[in-house]
Amino acid sequence: MSSAQVINLTLPALSGGWSAEKDFKAVGKLSAATQRNLEPVGPHFLAHARRSRHKRTFSEDERIQAQQSVKKTEDDEDDDISEDEDPMMLQRDAKDWKSQDHYAVLGLSKYRWRASPEQIKRAHRKKVLRHHPDKKAALGDRDENDSFFKCIQKATEMLLDPVKRRQFDSVDEAADVEPPTKKEVQKGNFYKLWAPVFRAEGRFSKNQPVPELGDDNSTFEEVDSFYNFWYNFDSWRTFEYLDEDVPDDNENRDQKRHVEKKNANARRKRKTEDTARLRHLVDDCAAMDERIKKFRKAARADKDKKRLEKEAEAKRLVEEKEKARLEEEQRKKDAEEAAKADREKAKKAKEAAKNAAKKNKRVLKGSVKDVNYFAESGEPSAAQVDSVLTDVDAIISKIDNEELAALAERLTAVGKDSAAVKNVYTEEFKRLVGAGKAKDGEAKFFA
Amino acid sequence: MSDGTTGAGERFAIGISFGNSSSSIARINPEGKPEVIANEEGDRQIPSVLSYIGGEQYHGSQAKAQLIRNSKNTVAYFRDYIGKNFKSIDPTPCHSSAHPIQSDSTVAFSISDTDSEAPNTVTVSEITTRHLRRLKQSATDYLGKEVNAAVITVPTDFTDAQREALTTAAKEAGLEVLQLIHEPVAAALAYDARPEAVVADKLIVVADLGGTRSDAAVIASRGGMYTILATAHDYELGGATLDKIVIDHFAKEFIKKHKTDPRENERGLAKLKSEGEATRKALSLGTNATLSIESLADGIDYGSTINRTRYELLSNKVFAQFTGLIEQVVKKADLDILDIDEVIFSGGTSHTPKIALLARSIFPETTKIWAPSTETTAINPSELSARGAAIQASLIQEFDTEDIEQSIHPMVTATPHLSKAIGVEFTSGDAVEFKPLLSTETALPARRVAQYNVPAEGGDVLIRVCEGVRDIKVTKPEPKPKEDKPEDDEDDSDFDSDEEEEETREIVWKTESPIAELAVKGVKAKGKVELMVHINADLGLQITAREVGGQSAVRGAVESP
Repeated sequence: MSSAQVINLTLPALSGGWSAEKDFKAVGKLSAATQRNLEPVGPHFLAHARRSRHKRTFSEDERIQAQQSVKKTEDDEDDDISEDEDPMMLQRDAKDWKSQDHYAVLGLSKYRWRASPEQIKRAHRKKVLRHHPDKKAALGDRDENDSFFKCIQKATEMLLDPVKRRQFDSVDEAADVEPPTKKEVQKGNFYKLWAPVFRAEGRFSKNQPVPELGDDNSTFEEVDSFYNFWYNFDSWRTFEYLDEDVPDDNENRDQKRHVEKKNANARRKRKTEDTARLRHLVDDCAAMDERIKKFRKAARADKDKKRLEKEAEAKRLVEEKEKARLEEEQRKKDAEEAAKADREKAKKAKEAAKNAAKKNKRVLKGSVKDVNYFAESGEPSAAQVDSVLTDVDAIISKIDNEELAALAERLTAVGKDSAAVKNVYTEEFKRLVGAGKAKDGEAKFFA
Repeated sequence: MSDGTTGAGERFAIGISFGNSSSSIARINPEGKPEVIANEEGDRQIPSVLSYIGGEQYHGSQAKAQLIRNSKNTVAYFRDYIGKNFKSIDPTPCHSSAHPIQSDSTVAFSISDTDSEAPNTVTVSEITTRHLRRLKQSATDYLGKEVNAAVITVPTDFTDAQREALTTAAKEAGLEVLQLIHEPVAAALAYDARPEAVVADKLIVVADLGGTRSDAAVIASRGGMYTILATAHDYELGGATLDKIVIDHFAKEFIKKHKTDPRENERGLAKLKSEGEATRKALSLGTNATLSIESLADGIDYGSTINRTRYELLSNKVFAQFTGLIEQVVKKADLDILDIDEVIFSGGTSHTPKIALLARSIFPETTKIWAPSTETTAINPSELSARGAAIQASLIQEFDTEDIEQSIHPMVTATPHLSKAIGVEFTSGDAVEFKPLLSTETALPARRVAQYNVPAEGGDVLIRVCEGVRDIKVTKPEPKPKEDKPEDDEDDSDFDSDEEEEETREIVWKTESPIAELAVKGVKAKGKVELMVHINADLGLQITAREVGGQSAVRGAVESP
């Protein structure tokens, strides 16, 4: 809000008694402000935000904004066409337009095929302002030579027509970049030297954008697609511009046809040559490209590695199988041996137990015999012997081997004392009855 | 501004007004003017409705038509549900479309949006994303260039959670939300961005009368910057309320003839609603409107007409509610009807002529009522917020995201505002007059420049910079005008107190306290004196006065309190 509002009210005249230093007197202060939220919308708010963020005052902000807008227009004015004009070029004859460098005429030689139609229009306007014949006349230049003005018009006509511009661009040698030699590449940076070559060649491509050459870190896919693109290059380059002038109709018709045929042949020949040249160029580049070697080496290494791995794997499998088989055999053998030993041991123990039992039985029977079958005196009666032996047999049949051994031991301990022996037997029988192995009354003598 | 097509990171922004009933998309055309874009069906107000049949999605008016036959799979009026939990929403508007259901902490709709019959639960954010995606597609198709950013308008009562949810939903739809701006401010911006508009200090009431709800806001526009002073909302008042009147009118007529109530039948009600709305809209333009519905109830075709007088008679009460909302918001801002310089009618229902005419009768002659029926140059009220959003989008689309964030940061937006007007006091003889230079509620820092006349003979003049307050002077029509009588309760509805002669009320400024005095000496006859007042954020003042065309200036500063 820098513009002043005009208020149609009359200020009062200064009364006599009023005086102040520097004609200013602060009388009061403002009342307290209310804090509110501004709506962050609209151009005036954005100006406010700019001021408060950059801590600018109103006048500072206005000045900075004004400067920025001024700078912008200036930049627009002198961006492209500030090239010096070659005095030789100014002397050019407009009739010789085929050999003229249209871009140089318009002062666009640093842009060339990159110049946009907009730039060309602006450049044309600038040149016209400077070289218009009327201007020259006004300056008092009497020579009436407007040939350079015609050059400008011709150049603009060529460059603003897309078809004609392509024809000129096709043969615009100044835009070509010479491919580096092998020696240069060995000394310098491969990518820096080759990239501009491909960028310049890429202008003829029907398929845009053209892939970049890349650098050392490009992946295999990038490099592959780059060379594929260039080996399958689809070019719009034509060579009409170099055609010989076809004679007018009213001259010899045969002559005209002859020239046309010659032109067509020349075009075809140039096109073939160009394709071959490009192919050769890409071949050269690929031959010098370290990345291709690197990838090939990597691929080979990769293959080798894979093969070795496969072999190692196979070997390992065979070994594992053999080992497993051996282990299995060993395990079987061990098991067999252990079983055999077990069997023998069991047999021996059984026999020993059998022998011990036999011996103990003999002790039992011997013990009753030793005490004379508990007869008081003389020969025991057959019946008594029989009953005692029956009882002993019954006990023997009722008790197991360990108890038999214990009984035999006790009997051996008591010796030939008849009563004690009988007592031992009676006790044993009682124990058997107690354990439920014998029934009361089964033994007659030891009951 | 004209050709701001390529911004930071190829940003291409549009303005979106996203409403409960309808949405609009707008852009700045190459001539630098905002322009609302029509979608592929030619609608500029695209109904915010999505409908699904057999896995196919319908949008806009096609979807709205589905409310009759396929209401279960048609989602409408979902804007207000974004970012809210189920408990706090009002499901009434969705009665005749897909009903909102609870899903975790948010609201969702159960619709069969795929080929299969089984219904899916689709959250309101997802619905919003789909809606915005369609809007984006329409804009992209129209402009032939991928739209990837937008400024979206939201009501003033949108919570942070709702803003967050809307931003996320937009991002899902492939739209970077550059900024969310308030609807009333967007409307004010749309008017202020007209080439003929001048930047002036003014108080604006924006009445946003929508389909299902109405909002009003008082905005102080100071040097082109906006501050919302008060807002009022009525969530049950809107175009639908007026539709209801039209529907009831026709339903009664139908009952009289055919003895059945078409409103009892769900489909009949839907048909009445859709046609009734069209009829009501037609009444805003013409004085007569027809309604014809095939097979309304029991297979009976129905056709009838209604004229505007009838409609206005029936809707009188509702119209009074609209104006009541406007008066309420003015009162809420502690202001008087006389303080309001402009009333902007926004939203589809603002087309209704009677509402604007009622407002016209409430406000004084000097107040501009921006509605199609009162002002021929008024902008289409339905397009205001979208236009405002588009203007804002064009202003900020070239900024970095960081820049935008910093600019809308509370550090920048929360500013002190003047509580009292600052102006110059003029004494001629006994009469003392105060002329404000900076109005109340001017955001600080601020700077104003003004030129004043000097006495005819020139010489030395005194400038007294003062704080002033405004009073409402009520003059009774008696022969002897009374003394100034400040009136505190200014809300009495004086527009229907017609029995006695109307009293005249006007604004009078009074000097409250002097701030500074300056003397400009030796001014030429018929000269002018220019005064510049600059107020810092800390309430310090710098005052400069000089004769226009003169060399020397009188400068001084008043310390902050």
